[in-house]
Amino acid sequence: MTTVVFIIVLVIFAASLYDAGGTTMDPCLESMKTASLPDLPYAYDALEPVISEEIMRLHHQKHHQTYVTQYNKALNSLRSAMADGDHSAVVKLQSLIKFNGGGHVNHAIFWKNLAPVHEGGGKPPHDPLSSAIDAHFGSLEGLIQKMNAEGAAVQGSGWVWLGLDRELKRLVVETTANQDPLVTKGTHLVPLIGIDVWEHAYYPQYKNARAEYLKNIWSVINWKYAADIFEKHSRDLDTN
Amino acid sequence: MAASIAVTANYVLQPPPYALDALEPHMSKQTLEFHWGKHHRAYVDNLKKQVLGTDLEGKPLDHIINKTYNNGDLLPAFNNAAQAWNHEFFWESMKPNGGGKPSGELLALLERDFTSYEKFYEEFNAAAATQFGAGWAWLAYANDKLKVVKTPNAVNPLVLGSFPLLTIDVWEHAYYLDFQNRRPDYIKTFMNNLVSWEAVSARLEAAKVASSSSA
Repeated sequence: MTTVVFIIVLVIFAASLYDAGGTTMDPCLESMKTASLPDLPYAYDALEPVISEEIMRLHHQKHHQTYVTQYNKALNSLRSAMADGDHSAVVKLQSLIKFNGGGHVNHAIFWKNLAPVHEGGGKPPHDPLSSAIDAHFGSLEGLIQKMNAEGAAVQGSGWVWLGLDRELKRLVVETTANQDPLVTKGTHLVPLIGIDVWEHAYYPQYKNARAEYLKNIWSVINWKYAADIFEKHSRDLDTN
Repeated sequence: MAASIAVTANYVLQPPPYALDALEPHMSKQTLEFHWGKHHRAYVDNLKKQVLGTDLEGKPLDHIINKTYNNGDLLPAFNNAAQAWNHEFFWESMKPNGGGKPSGELLALLERDFTSYEKFYEEFNAAAATQFGAGWAWLAYANDKLKVVKTPNAVNPLVLGSFPLLTIDVWEHAYYLDFQNRRPDYIKTFMNNLVSWEAVSARLEAAKVASSSSA
């Protein structure tokens, strides 16, 4: 159900970017914003030796770029289908949009979730996130153990997440399959940290040793990014 | 071994029917060392641990697969059981100097059910290329027809009611060392250089016998 909501939100968002006069779609949709590959906030070798330069190049320039390209292609097809009123085609495109759009969304977050050690990678989070982690998981180590266990247990491809449930006002650990964004597990979930456990995220360096990759990645996790988002949402929640 | 459709390994890690470097340069020795030596081995070892002391212990692999598939509501041992089966089937789907167009009855059936070998090639290729995330593409046989099927993660045609004849593993671990992100190149290499049509023919014969005896 939340998957459908996500798709509908995405489509409405796309549709809202142009003016639809009356009951007919404006065919001039050049103003629709397509996705583009964000730059990596650090050099390709900056996360060595935890994540190799080879992996970072492939992951960013090939995998993420392909999601962006295919997502834009699908959006283009969606635009035509909508202009034609071809509702069958609109529905049929949803899985391509979810997969490639999800891939883009997830990886855009992922690059920000990582930072070189000399830029704070691995440094534990500040409050209020730090206290929230202790309250929900006992300790930072407790959270890390849980995420590593769940990440290792993902069958096939997917992600393991630390999220904030804005409705229940608490932290959660979740996994998603393939390129499903965290929001597919609950519309109130905000991603704080996502760790890619697709094999392409670690294979050239770690081969089948996903557990070792998960153990090591914490020394380049950018807790500042997660803590800033958490703080922003905590303030919003408090003022509501 | 290549002739058997039923993998009756009973949780033994069988080696591929060729040396680990025999598929070079199309599939590297390094890939075989990890894919067979680590991934496949882990599925078998973990399956043994998982069924120990349960009523699945000692049961044939295909029994475990069907039971734990549980009509799509997967039980814990499904992943290891199905992947143990799938990988043995995969090694036997390939041979050194394989690939290309089959001949004889198999070619005739491909032409009957796909209109041409080229159309089959296209369809198999597309299935393998468009399986999101981890999974497999298959040539399968059911109701006297050949068809191409793609499945996610560990799912295989056995649980979907058809006889598997050929498979390609499209989990990233199957091709990442040799092809990185270039799955389409891997698929082409598999089709052009690795497919064992002898294995496919033998499996088809077994499938026909099995369907007629259960009819």
